[in-house]
Amino acid sequence: MPDTWYILAVLGTVFTITLALRAVPFAVLRPLRESRLVTTMAGWLPAGILGILALSTFHGSAGQGGGHLIQAVVAVAVTAAAHLLSRRRTLVSVAAGTVTFVALSALG
Amino acid sequence: MHTTPSPGPPVHRRAEVAAGVRASLSAGLGMFPLGVAYGLLVIQAGLPWWVAPALSIAAFAGSLELLLVGMMVAVTPLAAVALTTFLVNFRHVFYAFSFPLQLVRHPLARTYSVYALIDEAYAVTVGSPGRWTSWRLLSMQIAFQMYWVGGGLAGVVLAARLPAHIEGLEFALCALFVTLTLDACRTTAQLPSLLLAGLSFAAALAIAPDSALFLGLLAFLGALTVRYLLARRREPADA
Repeated sequence: MPDTWYILAVLGTVFTITLALRAVPFAVLRPLRESRLVTTMAGWLPAGILGILALSTFHGSAGQGGGHLIQAVVAVAVTAAAHLLSRRRTLVSVAAGTVTFVALSALG
Repeated sequence: MHTTPSPGPPVHRRAEVAAGVRASLSAGLGMFPLGVAYGLLVIQAGLPWWVAPALSIAAFAGSLELLLVGMMVAVTPLAAVALTTFLVNFRHVFYAFSFPLQLVRHPLARTYSVYALIDEAYAVTVGSPGRWTSWRLLSMQIAFQMYWVGGGLAGVVLAARLPAHIEGLEFALCALFVTLTLDACRTTAQLPSLLLAGLSFAAALAIAPDSALFLGLLAFLGALTVRYLLARRREPADA
């Protein structure tokens, strides 16, 4: 379990980087807008980063407590189906997927 | 300065604050429950309760905070925390292009407005451009932070009343990222990025399972750089 100093260090790190990402662009708006690298990456990064986060959290959930792989696969399928059928209402999809995973994990 | 900065008549100001709170409601409806889930997660992960509001004030970025709960429990090195924060929140760099910050004059208010430039604030202002004032913008942003911090505290209280640990609750985070990935991939143009991301993470998992997220993000960044250089080489005249 992390100690208080570690938690405070995380808070400081996260605060600094997040605020910088929000503030610096206002100072260098024009060069950023004209940079081809930045605008190209803006189009490429989000889908891939979110995909990696989905995979990483999936790996965490599927692997915990010695194997919940099937439960996780079913819950992801429920989440995706709910999302596409509920016209992308994130809260509905997340709730459906989480309830599925919690229920299946309790069963087996 | 020739003109004295006047704050405007109070009635007008009150109407603008009310309009800002109204503008915050629909997104707030999603933020509060997610905040509750986040507060629950903090307690169930075994972290001290104050981490929930403290992180919501330090970061004020929902999906990152949910991710950090697990990273803190695992005592992830600060370098990995920093890179993950940078990459997960990198999208904020592009919000400056269209966020109406020029409306906010007071330096303190300006600082808060930049600090509180979350996805929802960006989306709502871009979604209804043209009618914004400083008071409206700020009251909306403050309302957002109250929903989020309040939701987290409600989750902390709820967790204390639950009879037992709910196993599998952390799947909410996976579900959230699945839906966000689906939202980011509405066209097939996103498929190459998604494929590179999948390969990067798989490779990282095979090499170092314990720091797969960190390595996977790094590898993905490297892969996109190569892709960028290749794309530039292919069309050199089109600059």
